[in-house]
Amino acid sequence: MPETSQRERLLRVIASIAQKLPADPEESLFESGLLDSFALPDLVSALEKEFSIEIPDRDLNPRKFDSIARIEQYLSTRAA
Amino acid sequence: MAFIHGFGMHVPARVVTNEKIAASMGKTPDWIEGATGIRERRWAETETSVADLAVLAAQDCLRSSQIVPGMIIVASGTAKPGFPGPAAEVAARLGYEGIPALDVPMASAGSLFGMALASRMVESYGDVLVIGAEKMSAAIQNLEDPSTAILFGDGAGSVLISNRPGRWKILNSVLHSDGQFRDELTYDGASKLHMNGLSVIMQASRKIPAAIQEALASANIAASDVTAFLMHQANHNLIVRVAKALEVPGEKFYSNIERYGNTSSASMLIAAAEWAANSPQDGPIVFAAFGAGYHWGALVAVSEK
Repeated sequence: MPETSQRERLLRVIASIAQKLPADPEESLFESGLLDSFALPDLVSALEKEFSIEIPDRDLNPRKFDSIARIEQYLSTRAA
Repeated sequence: MAFIHGFGMHVPARVVTNEKIAASMGKTPDWIEGATGIRERRWAETETSVADLAVLAAQDCLRSSQIVPGMIIVASGTAKPGFPGPAAEVAARLGYEGIPALDVPMASAGSLFGMALASRMVESYGDVLVIGAEKMSAAIQNLEDPSTAILFGDGAGSVLISNRPGRWKILNSVLHSDGQFRDELTYDGASKLHMNGLSVIMQASRKIPAAIQEALASANIAASDVTAFLMHQANHNLIVRVAKALEVPGEKFYSNIERYGNTSSASMLIAAAEWAANSPQDGPIVFAAFGAGYHWGALVAVSEK
């Protein structure tokens, strides 16, 4: 199922950067301490590579990448 | 053509170590150093103004010279709000009556923009003195997030740029601004310094290497051939990241952030002054900065034989 596949791919990306995965898709990756501020550029680069997209500077609002749910929401806008 | 003749700097005498501020910020000294690369910073006395710091840096730059600049440019994000800015006072206190004195209220990218502007103004004004001067400790007092106070220090840096042949020839510069991020890093001069750290790190991580590569490509110089990168000293981890993005050894990026913290527009020129005082290697050098606005850019120069 495409959505699950995207979720799995996204979790794999986050796992490659964070020490562990968030318990909840709504959990803040940064406020929870799972990722520090310098992990955000790494996360964006990893998302670009995994999903074969270019994320322009104007989209680099940290809120868009703050949780699994928000990242999925952003990715859905790019798929449209 | 424009040439860099020399640098100057001034930092206040008062040293504020991580140990002195960690407890009040809810952090440990080791955490501060690990997160930022900063061990200590300088904070000016209450009565010290941005103009005071700027005058001292200017005098340091011109100490062995009889030159009277044709223009002065003063960059600062922490000068008293309103008008006039500090440039006119700085020029007057240095005894330079009648020369144009330009304020660049841009914070971290201010001295880079000042240098780029100066490189073009030398054609008309001969010698242009650029100063970046900041009293960040005044902005820290009312930070929304007290833990951000660990980042900032006070100081001033200066550079003399001229149309007369000098130590380094400026090859080109690239400057950019993007006001859609104007609310991410702000200071109103009276109460609050606001910084969205995630946004700053994210944008700087991309924009600084891109600007450096843009400037180098225009000068037909490879990053690997640059002998020194003199960057705005915002955060040591950011400097390391930029080096990695450019695929150049980190040692080529001069860093003194551990001793002075982030001194905003002053930091790039303070770094340059210290680097230049230590018998630097000949070859291409790159200046780069990113700051509130956002404003960012890079400037390439090469040593003259």
